Amino acid sequence: MDKTINITLKVWRQAGPKAPGKFETYKLDNVSTDASFLEMLDILNEQLIKEHKEPIAFDHDCREGICGMCSLYINGHPHGPDSAITTCQLHMRKFKDGETITVEPWRSNAFPVIKDLMVDRRAYDKIIQAGGFVSVNTGGVPDANAIPIPKAKADEAMDDASCIGCGACAAACKNGSAMLFVAAKVSQLALLPQGKVEAAKRAKAMVAKMDELGFGNCTNTGACAAECPKSVPLSAIARLNREFICAKFQD
Amino acid sequence: MWLFNSSVGRKFVMGITGAALALFLLFHATMNIVVIVSPSGYNAICAFLGANWYAIVGTLGLAALALIHIIYAFVLTIMNYRARGSVRYAVTDRQEQVEWSSKNMLVLGFIILAGLCLHLYNFWFKMQFAEITGIETGAFDPHNGAAYVQELFANPVYCVVYLVWLLGLWFHLSHGIWSSMHSIGWSNNKWLVRIKWIGKILATLIVLMFASVVVYYFVYNICGGADVVETGKAVSLLF
Repeated sequence: MDKTINITLKVWRQAGPKAPGKFETYKLDNVSTDASFLEMLDILNEQLIKEHKEPIAFDHDCREGICGMCSLYINGHPHGPDSAITTCQLHMRKFKDGETITVEPWRSNAFPVIKDLMVDRRAYDKIIQAGGFVSVNTGGVPDANAIPIPKAKADEAMDDASCIGCGACAAACKNGSAMLFVAAKVSQLALLPQGKVEAAKRAKAMVAKMDELGFGNCTNTGACAAECPKSVPLSAIARLNREFICAKFQD
Repeated sequence: MWLFNSSVGRKFVMGITGAALALFLLFHATMNIVVIVSPSGYNAICAFLGANWYAIVGTLGLAALALIHIIYAFVLTIMNYRARGSVRYAVTDRQEQVEWSSKNMLVLGFIILAGLCLHLYNFWFKMQFAEITGIETGAFDPHNGAAYVQELFANPVYCVVYLVWLLGLWFHLSHGIWSSMHSIGWSNNKWLVRIKWIGKILATLIVLMFASVVVYYFVYNICGGADVVETGKAVSLLF
């Protein structure tokens, strides 16, 4: 038989973007510690539906930590108290019997609440559209080994490319800054020869878009990298600064 | 202009001004150490700087740096507070990797600013200001810095106030120095650890040098030390 726990949940409920929100408290008994956090919310929602109450809206998709769709600010941490995982990879074994768990949506001016725990993260898509790509002429696929890339560079680029754009960095930041996200996207391409061509233009366009969308200014607290489910390193931000400052001095 | 309009530009300005101010502190602290080794030598430095044109240019430059740093700090804090949104988190927790000082730089800045005002009144007003204007604002000759140091730190209240001020400065610098290098872009996976250590060591060095003067003169006065410099004027005549 599975080990089970009884928990109390304090969940942010908000009917719509303009509606005032408030916390609702729910009791949930006999939750298997093998259940994931999102499965636990599913169980709670089934209970709410049975009671003819509105189920809690929350974002989720792949449930295996790669899509970046799940969010949730759990007990003061984006993606919960465990490190280097997304909410969908969080399990109830991380919580104690009788514990009160507070679940909030991302809080940032650039991420308005849509409903309950869902927030609008299209701001990140807009930043990507501003420059997070490499322009190529279509044609024959070049050989993968035609452009030699040092292993260390490739590894670093891969660390930055692991960003899934979930928004935990901006949610964790006391300044509501999206710096780690933008840094990861600029950095992954700036490190590779294919991305170098447009590196200066990209850094300027993406930073300008980030500022326009109402994200805050980075003060190097490092909360973003500490909470990042993909462990994108803080040094990505230094590279973004370098790329951006050099680009501006060249102008 | 990207130095005001962009978030990276703003942190670049914050970093450059902060780093310049930290370098000034290192210079200032190194001079202060002389007052322990040789009070008359310290007075020679006071006379060398005094109201000479290069010292005045330097002072104006410093005032400009400090002003830019403070104005940017307020603007950034207001912008960042707004960026966080109107609803705050009900539950927040700290992350192990995040330094306490990095989240409280503005508060620490207030402590430093308050201490600075007192400090300017205690020394600058009676020394450089007195020399420029020719008004006698203090009990001693404007070049007799050692006498002012000895007089002030005979008072235990001032000693405690200065040490608390220096503690605030240490916390501010322990984040500020590495952060400025990071903002300029001088950091990567290897160097991030190193610049954090450089920051801590420099912050400790600067604060220890300042604090040693306070402690030395407090103890010196308790032990009934005689006036360190009998004739401040005699030294200043050399310059």
